[in-house]
Amino acid sequence: MTQTSDESAKLEGFQADFSAEGLFPNVQKSDMRAADGTPTFIVPAAELLEVMTYLRDKGGFSLLEDVTAVDWKVEPRFQVVYNMIALSRREVLRIKVNLPGTNPVIASVTGIWPGANWYEREVFDLFGITFTGHPDLRRIEMPEDWEGHPLRKDYPMTGPRRPNLPSNHFRTDGRNTN
Amino acid sequence: MEDLAIKDRWLDDEEDENSNILDQDEIDQDDAPNKELMTINMGPQHPSTHGVLRLIVTLSGESVIKCIPDIGYLHTGIEKTAENKTYNQALTLTDRTDYLNPLINNLGFTLTVEKLLGIENKIPPKAQVARVILCELQRISSHLVWLGTHAMDLGAMSTFLYGMRDREIILDIFEMCAGVRMMTSYIMPGGLYADLPPGFDKAVNNFLTDFKKKWPEYHALLTKSELWLERTKGVGIITPEEALAYAVTGPGLRACGINYDVRKMFPYIGYETYDFEVPLGKNGDVFDRFMCRMLEVPQSIRIIEQGLAKLPDGEWMINDRKIAPPKKWEIATNMESLIHHFKLFTSGFKPEAGEVYCRVESARGELGYYMVSDGSAKPYRMHIRAPSFANLQSMPLMLEGKANFADIVAAIGSIDIILGEVDR
Repeated sequence: MTQTSDESAKLEGFQADFSAEGLFPNVQKSDMRAADGTPTFIVPAAELLEVMTYLRDKGGFSLLEDVTAVDWKVEPRFQVVYNMIALSRREVLRIKVNLPGTNPVIASVTGIWPGANWYEREVFDLFGITFTGHPDLRRIEMPEDWEGHPLRKDYPMTGPRRPNLPSNHFRTDGRNTN
Repeated sequence: MEDLAIKDRWLDDEEDENSNILDQDEIDQDDAPNKELMTINMGPQHPSTHGVLRLIVTLSGESVIKCIPDIGYLHTGIEKTAENKTYNQALTLTDRTDYLNPLINNLGFTLTVEKLLGIENKIPPKAQVARVILCELQRISSHLVWLGTHAMDLGAMSTFLYGMRDREIILDIFEMCAGVRMMTSYIMPGGLYADLPPGFDKAVNNFLTDFKKKWPEYHALLTKSELWLERTKGVGIITPEEALAYAVTGPGLRACGINYDVRKMFPYIGYETYDFEVPLGKNGDVFDRFMCRMLEVPQSIRIIEQGLAKLPDGEWMINDRKIAPPKKWEIATNMESLIHHFKLFTSGFKPEAGEVYCRVESARGELGYYMVSDGSAKPYRMHIRAPSFANLQSMPLMLEGKANFADIVAAIGSIDIILGEVDR
């Protein structure tokens, strides 16, 4: 699992390859400010598995730390975010995938990193994004019969069964009121 | 005649029994696959599941065939709540995720917000060193609770009492600093909430001198105990490849021999200037995870001692009134300070739009915060990458097909889960 020095030497400058050499012409650099300096790329949903397999096998990104999502309210509404580390090179990378608001579907990466299993279940549960090819796609935090997806921005803070009180109305969009 | 007959029959029975005992192993092996499988529900209110973890265990006799963790009983929607609070309000929620090490949670959140604000290089040195000391104290206290509960699950009651006794002194130090013992919110964006109290060095020094004498007692109680070795060695093995694929971090990953400690790999708050080692295991079993944590404690003591030696004087909070609340005496004498105070506590500060993922080494593994700002005073999205979440996910690998029912308890203890953090 640990890379020999030869291999890691070969892999140096990997990021330059990934972004510039044209292996994946549809992969774009993210234009959002990354305050942590992590290189961030936006991958088309159709190419996700190819890119991820390449990153794990050729890029040495053996540890997929985190899978989560963001609801942007405007199209493309959802963004699935993958954070990963190449332990042998102390390198970090962030991959993002844009998804539409209606019927968001994305391929599951559990075949590449089995540890993505629970993370994808969480995103499915809280955002309602479907992962195709996932071995066990069930709700994980909320009860099985729960309606709605709590981390979506249009889900009321007060919960689904209570009226949205006027005092809470301005808070539901997560923005500052001043 | 009758008597003799009875005696004969009795003897026959005895012989049968003996032959059973002799062939016990053979019988177990032969019958195991054909035995009826039994599904047992363990938890969520089971004392050895460390909170509200539910396990659905399928057993064949004593051996575990399948083990499915079921979580969500402590889901409180912290990520959703944080999206509707200002940054300094959301800080208090982080205490409640991993309630055994609130200060490291505070630190993870704080570093994330500081990166969003772009002030991570402007934090006063006193605050940075104090953060290191407090986080390492927190690591020791968290490990003491882990050690106590882990040992108690396996039947060693006294370790729990010893652990609680020593943790109490650490909590007293936190109470000196923050005013509360557990939900501290003491490390906050910009520095520390308040200055270190007078007598802080002395209290920490006293604790260390005392604790260093007591620490060998824990080793004597467990590490060399044959009963302990019997219950932990070779139990719950996970291979390095599996551990990496399942994103196990912290002592669970290091017990497999993979050297990944965030403090060394991606140093923060000046960890690169401290001299310490990262203990590594080899076998990836319960005993190695146990030893990794046990050996981490003396390293934490080393870090604290180095921190105390170089703890500088001076400011504990960044001198930027748009981020740091003004001091109380300033508010009483200065109108601008009063306005700053009012603005900070009513509307908060507004970081530039952007995203950040920041990792720190919690007592359980890599704790990550992914935060997205849209330029407003509230985090647009805050996601907590909880180490226990990924570590718990790997538990079926340790058990299925290679463990007995009683080993489940050993495995739960060894991965040191906190359900508040798993469910968030």
